[in-house]
Amino acid sequence: MRCTEVLAFAVRGVTANKLRSALTTLGIMIGVASVILLIAVGNGASQSVQQSIAGLGTNVLTISPQRAQPGSSAKELTTADARALADPVEAPAVRSASPVASTSATAAHADVSYSISQFIGTDPAYFSTTNSAVAQGALFTADDLAQGRKVVVIGATVATQLFPSTSPVGESILVNNIPFTVVGVLAGKGSSGLQDADDTAVAPLSTVQNALTGYGSLSQIVVQATSADTISTAQAQVTTILDGRHKVGFGQTADYRVLSQEQLLTARTATTDTFTVLLASVAAISLLVGGIGVTNIMLVTVTERIREIGIRKAVGARRGAILGQFLLEATMLSLFGGLLGVAAGFLGARFTIAGITPVIVPSSVLLAFAVSALIGLFFGSYPASRAARLRPIEALRHE
Amino acid sequence: MNAPVIEVRDLRKTYGTGDTAVHALRGLDLTVARGDYLAIMGASGSGKSTLLNILGCLDIPSSGRYLLDGIDTAEFGEAQLGILRNRKIGFVFQSFNLIPRTSALANVELPLVYAGVRRAERRERAMAALRLVGLDDRAHHRPNELSGGQQQRVAIARALVTAPAIVLADEPTGNLDTRSSQDVMGILDRLNASGRTVVLITHEDDVAAHADRVVRVVDGRVAQGVPA
Ligand SMILES: Nc1ncnc2c1ncn2[C@@H]1O[C@H](COP(=O)(O)OP(=O)(O)OP(=O)(O)O)[C@@H](O)[C@H]1O
Ligand SMILES: [Mg+2]
Repeated sequence: MRCTEVLAFAVRGVTANKLRSALTTLGIMIGVASVILLIAVGNGASQSVQQSIAGLGTNVLTISPQRAQPGSSAKELTTADARALADPVEAPAVRSASPVASTSATAAHADVSYSISQFIGTDPAYFSTTNSAVAQGALFTADDLAQGRKVVVIGATVATQLFPSTSPVGESILVNNIPFTVVGVLAGKGSSGLQDADDTAVAPLSTVQNALTGYGSLSQIVVQATSADTISTAQAQVTTILDGRHKVGFGQTADYRVLSQEQLLTARTATTDTFTVLLASVAAISLLVGGIGVTNIMLVTVTERIREIGIRKAVGARRGAILGQFLLEATMLSLFGGLLGVAAGFLGARFTIAGITPVIVPSSVLLAFAVSALIGLFFGSYPASRAARLRPIEALRHE
Repeated sequence: MNAPVIEVRDLRKTYGTGDTAVHALRGLDLTVARGDYLAIMGASGSGKSTLLNILGCLDIPSSGRYLLDGIDTAEFGEAQLGILRNRKIGFVFQSFNLIPRTSALANVELPLVYAGVRRAERRERAMAALRLVGLDDRAHHRPNELSGGQQQRVAIARALVTAPAIVLADEPTGNLDTRSSQDVMGILDRLNASGRTVVLITHEDDVAAHADRVVRVVDGRVAQGVPA
């Protein structure tokens, strides 16, 4: 008896019951594909966050308010704070300090209305600090800021939403029913993780405070250091000035937080890592469920065919021939299902899922494939090997 | 008298243990000569199938000796028993036991595959066996497309395709009408006429009449007064 005969039996076994084979294949395929895809989504999210933060430049500090102690009222970040930080004598390492007030707002043009997730009021230095380039028109000027003109520079996403076919520059839009003139459109930056960096609009701080947010606390102060090398000097100077202004005593927790891009990166990466771990555990569960499905079908398949094993033994089949046949059948189904799963995973990864472009992790492909294939192999061949050990009459009597 | 092909001494088979133990065979002796045509009869539950399964090397006795061609089968290992089942014995089951979703031809070829016969020769011999049972026109039908009598004839074709010296049949006509029974018995008669040893189990006297000799099994033993 040659190997080709065993192979022929296995092929016949797989094709004899097409529905059963298809279900087994499908089970393995779903398990493999979901693991690959879920891990790719998590990985894609963390990669895009890293890219967008890295794109901001290495000489930027972000100051945001934080509650010092539970119960204590945080002193707010003010425009005066920002002005003090820009003092060339007190803080020589600081090139500029832009106050930022941000809010969400609904913008409308003609009969299109769009909700902008970040409507920012700031000064013109903000654009260079955040590496924002203008694509059409111009940025607003110091004069616009001083005069409190209702001008706005909109992000790429906002531009395409409100002006699908025309050029936005010079047009008027209504922001929370207040008319603003669009003076420029920012160049696209792409989406950063769960957040679209182009879903933004930037206007003079004075205008935004007057029209939208009021004169309360700033959301942030964005500081640009003179160079990447002076970033820690700048951080020290910023801290000294703010501690003085906010009367933060020695050893007390400050009511503000200064983060460099590097620190921001670490913090955000930690968040997306948690996200990836979460997705990976969902993936692990789906692998487990897929595995149980495969186990189930394989066990049913073999049990159903113990009589067949008995018949084969009764006409003189060796144990090895029977084992080889079932092992090959399980291998074919597992391999085929696994390959389909990998293909489905790669196909799914080409689509943007919840705003995230999935990035496939090669090791996850290997893991998903190996786990499902091994489960299929084991549960396809182990019960068969047990049945092959029975006396023919025992296998024939099996119910 | 020529050397016995089957010789059974004090054969016992017990299923289960303790209170629930069933003694299916209780010290059975039987000798079958080469070329013999033997019918085994007896009440239901008397142990006929148990005996035939042991003779067919599908099962092993609890105790006692079974000499096949003078060699004690207890000495054979799993692999050698497989070869015996394949080359020496053709077994016809009462319930056909064909592999489902597989053509009659492929079912008949099965023992030849495990015997290592090449494809072309295999096909030829399987077709010849099907022709012998008058089913060469049904070669590509699956078991569920065949009548009971036709399935039994396919099973017989499978049993005789390796040209075994011994053909064992457990109630081969048990599920068949008179017409099909006659067909099946005609085939077994011809096999015996060509020198094969045939042992069959039956409940019907007119089927037993085809045999040269009848043995009655009562309570796991060959009944007294009948020459064994
Ligand atoms: N696998 C088994 N486990 C337990 N008891 C069994 C088993 N097989 C057979 N028996 C018992 O052994 C006894 C003999 O059974 P066997 O099948 O040999 O009878 P039989 O003579 O062939 O009967 P029938 O004419 O009805 O086919 C019966 O009492 C039966 O219940
Ligand atoms: Mg019986």
